[in-house]
Amino acid sequence: MSALLEAHGLNLRFGAVPALEDVSIEVHPGEVVAIVGESGSGKTTLLRVLSGMMRPDSGEVRYRDPDGAVHVIHAMGEAALRQLHRTDWGFVHQNPRDGLRMRVSAGGNIGERLMATGARHYGRIRTEATEWLRRVEIDPERIDGMPALFSGGMQQRLQIARTLVTRPRLVFMDEPTGGLDVSVQARLLDLIRALVADLGIAVVIVTHDIAAARLLAHRLLVMRRGQVVEQGLTDRVLDDPQHEYTQLLVASVLAA
Amino acid sequence: MTALGYNFGYLDENTKRMIRRALLKAVAIPGHQVPFGAREMPLPYGWGTGGIAVTASVIGTGDRLKVIDQGADDTTNAVSIRRFFAKVAGVATTESTAEATIIQTRHRIPETRLREGQILVYQVPMPEPLFRLEPRVAETRRMHALADYGLMHVKLYEDIARHGHVAISYNYPVLVGGRYLMSPSPIPAFDNPKMDRMPALQLFGAGREKRIYAVPPYTSVRSLDFEDHPFQPVRADAPCALCGSRESYLDEVLTDDQGGRMFVCSDTDYCNTRQTHREAAE
Repeated sequence: MSALLEAHGLNLRFGAVPALEDVSIEVHPGEVVAIVGESGSGKTTLLRVLSGMMRPDSGEVRYRDPDGAVHVIHAMGEAALRQLHRTDWGFVHQNPRDGLRMRVSAGGNIGERLMATGARHYGRIRTEATEWLRRVEIDPERIDGMPALFSGGMQQRLQIARTLVTRPRLVFMDEPTGGLDVSVQARLLDLIRALVADLGIAVVIVTHDIAAARLLAHRLLVMRRGQVVEQGLTDRVLDDPQHEYTQLLVASVLAA
Repeated sequence: MTALGYNFGYLDENTKRMIRRALLKAVAIPGHQVPFGAREMPLPYGWGTGGIAVTASVIGTGDRLKVIDQGADDTTNAVSIRRFFAKVAGVATTESTAEATIIQTRHRIPETRLREGQILVYQVPMPEPLFRLEPRVAETRRMHALADYGLMHVKLYEDIARHGHVAISYNYPVLVGGRYLMSPSPIPAFDNPKMDRMPALQLFGAGREKRIYAVPPYTSVRSLDFEDHPFQPVRADAPCALCGSRESYLDEVLTDDQGGRMFVCSDTDYCNTRQTHREAAE
């Protein structure tokens, strides 16, 4: 298997409601895959299943670690999965409050993953935190500031810094630009695109924003009622949508 | 002479057996908190019920008990608990650290080095070292199970960022046997190094929180720190006003309302012994 992450035949029902129906997905190293669809189409559920936070009724998710060994995510122990989550993987939440520690300074937030993986040198953690604040365009002077005093866009950028500091190979993003105003969204998308290209990270991003998907993603999955109705290269899907739902989605984008 | 109407050591034998089982488990997994059924004690929670339950379960007729409160043998809490065991177990009591076989303590470790065969019983108000950082108990359990202690280091990082040093002067978190994060109970950070590879058995009882944990003899106990900000125990920069010790942990005592103060040993037995020796020498 050359893919970084590979899922086959995922099924999950919430009572009578099918959340995932026979979903398969592959993510290759350095590739950005966007999952788009309307609310309730199962895209966040898919993200949670892929990242091991939720167990599917059937189907398998497999991950290839840096040594080439393949792990079945839902058969891993909790300790191993957590280890994966704080080293090789990252998760960026829609609401930065879910991903940040609001009572810990910006520097502490960035340093947490480093310290969780064994960094025990205060000076080096501090240098790394300063460097990452600069990279996400937050004034390094604010290293000791509390995230609660940051604007929404800064909080989201801080969350990204905190996630990327251990240089993960695969990052899951759940609507990272949701809840931000348009100009801030644009800057954040730019930043994410630059960092992802720079570090060669593979990203699975969930969004309902077609424009964001076009900007970031190499490949696109369109979901509706728990099924993947169409997938392919982003430009192909958006310029020549085959499925009627995708056509509706593309037609619904407001042209400025 | 044991008081009539009480079982030896106050607690009934079944309760003692239950606590001993918890103690054995605690010794087998150094630093791990073992739940136990705390019984009602003839004093309120927060006064040492956990420590008393542990002492009552390990004490035997041949034991000699010492009880200290903040290092002192002569404070209310220490005197009451010592008298309690003299009454309900009929055991000999002492103020001398060297002569005692069991030492129950609140917030100090004696200055005199403990030896093999002695048992140090700590009274613990809050056994969970992570409770200020993670409010969910289920989550702290998971963190212990997975040895996921990055959060504790985040706290130390925050202290250094804000104060320039780790601003924890008591209840300084330790890692036991390289595995479990443990609260040493509110002893001063000054006492932490004494726990490392101590020849005596250390038992911890938290009555209200219903947890027991232990550090077996000669187990490594490391205070958390950073490579470039190593752990530094704090001691008032003065000799003891009574015995002149420059090594012991000091209490600051205000002597008037004009700013007068003196520093004296917190460990009364250590201080008295030194004073006696000095007088004998003169």
